[in-house]
Amino acid sequence: MTSLTLVRRIAARPSIVFDALTTPQGIACWWGPDDGPVLLAETDVRIGGRFRVRFRALDGIEHESSGEYREIVPPQRLVMSWRWENGEDPGESLVEIDLRAIAEGTELTFTHSRLQDEHTRLTHEEGWNGSLDKLERYLSQVADRRLS
Amino acid sequence: MVNYNTQLDRTFAALVDPTRRAILAHLEREDGTSVSQLAKPFSIKLPAVMKHLDVLDHAGLITRSKVGRTVTVRLSPQPMRAALDWLRRYERFWSVSLDRLAAYAERKEAEARRTRR
Repeated sequence: MTSLTLVRRIAARPSIVFDALTTPQGIACWWGPDDGPVLLAETDVRIGGRFRVRFRALDGIEHESSGEYREIVPPQRLVMSWRWENGEDPGESLVEIDLRAIAEGTELTFTHSRLQDEHTRLTHEEGWNGSLDKLERYLSQVADRRLS
Repeated sequence: MVNYNTQLDRTFAALVDPTRRAILAHLEREDGTSVSQLAKPFSIKLPAVMKHLDVLDHAGLITRSKVGRTVTVRLSPQPMRAALDWLRRYERFWSVSLDRLAAYAERKEAEARRTRR
């Protein structure tokens, strides 16, 4: 487990979406939690190659994340490790992005998972059997009620 | 930081099991429940329930207190909060990023179509 899964339907062909995900020019246009600027974007798109992106959020704080490309199947799939540089959320996590051609363009499925160690990951996936959404719903219900 | 990571992994590992999630859901409705009451809705034996409680306890998701022969189980929200913070933080980051990615790719698509004509 522990993942966050998001799906987007995009009116653009998969190759264009894939370029947006992997080129520094593309990344500079969308990466970040708000409209703050991307200050640096580097990608070395080959297995074992690294990416590095630094951005400044609107609160003025700069963040940098980097990682290593693990799987590259243009224009369908991209897997990379993920780590924050300044020690916020220490440890490595994993980002997986799948692009599927649909009539209107591309369906993008994005997953960010915490447990990255293969053994742990497999064990957890077996345990999960797709009940992730249920857990997320459950987690937010419980926490909303308890924490609000 | 190591502790934080280990704690978070334990929390998520504990939440993997459906019976354990059901136990937490029960406690959410009725906090401070005895172990025997907690075991009632499940078709598993008490020792199995105890094992699940051990895992939840180890993950810090519940606390147990014993008065006489009755063990009372309570929810402990802190680890759940940490797990949710983790999910929410990335959700905020990626929701906005992916929306902007979509907008950017759609602009590029429109450009590509114009130049092809």
